Amino acid sequence: MAISTSIWIWISALLTLAIYSFLYKDNPFYKFAEYLLVGISIGYGISVYWHNTIITKVYNPLVHDKDFLVIIPLLLGLLMFSRFFKNYSHLSRIPIAFIVGAGTGLSIPSSFEFLFKQVQGTMPTAFTIGNLIIIIGVITTLIYFFFSMEHKGFIGKVSRVGITFIMIAFGAAFGYTIMARISLFIGRIQFLLSDWLGIIK
Amino acid sequence: MKKNLVLLLLSLTLLFSFSFAQEQASGGTDLNPNAISSETERLGSMLQLSDIPNDGGGGIEINWTLNDSLSNYFITIIRREGNIKKIVASDLLASSGQVRDVNSDENKSNVKDGTEYFYTAVLSEYAVSQEILDYLVCDSLDMEAMTIADANQVYLISDESGPVKSKASWFNLERLTVLISAIIITFLFLLYLQLARKGKELYIRKISGLDAVEEAVGRSTEMGKPIMYILGIGYVTDIPTIAGLTILGRVSKKVAEYETKILVPSYDPVVMTTAQEVVKEAFTEAGRPDLYNKNDIMYITQDQFGYAAGVDGMMLREKPGAVFLQGLFFAESLILAETGHSIGAIQIAGTTETAQLPFFVAACDYTLIGEEMMAASVYLQKDPLMLSSIAAEDVMKVIIIIILLIGLILGILGPGMHIEFFDKLFNLLIEIL
Repeated sequence: MAISTSIWIWISALLTLAIYSFLYKDNPFYKFAEYLLVGISIGYGISVYWHNTIITKVYNPLVHDKDFLVIIPLLLGLLMFSRFFKNYSHLSRIPIAFIVGAGTGLSIPSSFEFLFKQVQGTMPTAFTIGNLIIIIGVITTLIYFFFSMEHKGFIGKVSRVGITFIMIAFGAAFGYTIMARISLFIGRIQFLLSDWLGIIK
Repeated sequence: MKKNLVLLLLSLTLLFSFSFAQEQASGGTDLNPNAISSETERLGSMLQLSDIPNDGGGGIEINWTLNDSLSNYFITIIRREGNIKKIVASDLLASSGQVRDVNSDENKSNVKDGTEYFYTAVLSEYAVSQEILDYLVCDSLDMEAMTIADANQVYLISDESGPVKSKASWFNLERLTVLISAIIITFLFLLYLQLARKGKELYIRKISGLDAVEEAVGRSTEMGKPIMYILGIGYVTDIPTIAGLTILGRVSKKVAEYETKILVPSYDPVVMTTAQEVVKEAFTEAGRPDLYNKNDIMYITQDQFGYAAGVDGMMLREKPGAVFLQGLFFAESLILAETGHSIGAIQIAGTTETAQLPFFVAACDYTLIGEEMMAASVYLQKDPLMLSSIAAEDVMKVIIIIILLIGLILGILGPGMHIEFFDKLFNLLIEIL
């Protein structure tokens, strides 16, 4: 295999190296790649918002489907622009309050359901050592998250068992994720050595 | 033209034997029309139709049961509303036993509440061709027909089932447990609130990460460096982001008291606006509104790694003395925490994302694990009324532990030791949850 003649492969490879140069120290190449990434992603984001939100959820329902209920969220959205006017900037708090309130309210039932699913999943269907460890792990971890009790004496000992379970879980998750990250790194190296330089097949 | 061709083939199929049809299908296929014809009498009205319970309307559930000989067949469902026919689903595995005809974002009036619908099933050994699908919804299709055929195979048609109407439910009974839990926790919260009002002292245990907030802000001030507060890549509707914003308020107050600078690079424009309001209010509360600069709370980008690259660059250039990572984080967590560590900043992290917590534990000085982050605002303020919510949550945890222990005992005696009574109780408990 020979070195790539595609301009896009070259751009990708040089930008990859520019980002990796951060491992040495901050430098103009990294800055260039960083600003390019941030700038392009903002531009891309605006076009996505334009098509997926403004056109699909506002313009089309309003103009084509005559769904005038869309005017309510549209007005709430427009209130965000009041921040540009000092005397009216407080109006932008209305849509923010609406979003935070609705988001929190909607997440409460789903949080409960998620909790019950976890409790259900913890229930043992057979008496095995594995199931017993899961039960002990869950209960001691819950006790670690008791905030209104001092972690001393029996509660202290149990919560220490709980944090040990948490750390074991973290260790396993850490190793698992690192493996995934290494495979991403290998993918990038393969791109540089194969697609760009053609050193390996 | 195509419809005529299909009708012609249908006639041919009825005239000639099914074995001839097998030859027609040839091309190496194992079509066995005799097997199909033997099932013809049995299909009948095979679809059971019902309104989807506990929904907001606009949904019909279609169930069917078939004998084993037809389990490898494909099933296509046709809906009739007056004279209008529509394919609801095609080429489903007959063994799936169920499909739902529902409204979607693309078609919000697919199923209209109160309208009578009729459904018919078409069974085939192989995938249905587009010509047949078109034929199935054409006006000339005789819904009384039991079979049709094309060059490849014979299609078996069920009797039409229906009518069925969809309707919206007032209550989602599947969420009854959620309602009961919400009532219990509200009651507990109000009880502890009342106790706090009457002067009962409520305790909150030490959370090391939060004790270090003052130390981190103080250290940055002494070094003459700013503080960086990263809210992650969540939206303002995400609970960890809301918790992060609450902690931001407390940290900002300390920042204003110490007369230092806080930088908040944001991922989402609404989060940025909310953060600006939170910091502004905190500075005003601390009596230093003059120190507030809205440009210190800036938008970076809504691209995950673009955000990580931008924040990393900012960290290296601004060299903050303390970095707070409080909110919703995903794959960028280690990139941010490692950069913060490399510039020697004191780092206090917190998230509910269990996959990212190990990275924070490894790379940060203090980490708020899951609910510790939610308790942070109460801990930093130590308002007796807010402490009541923590006490109520703890009681809820005790209830969960009791349910788990009951489940453990029932699990051992029921599914474990096969005692029927406990087995029933165990299944009941699982159903309630």
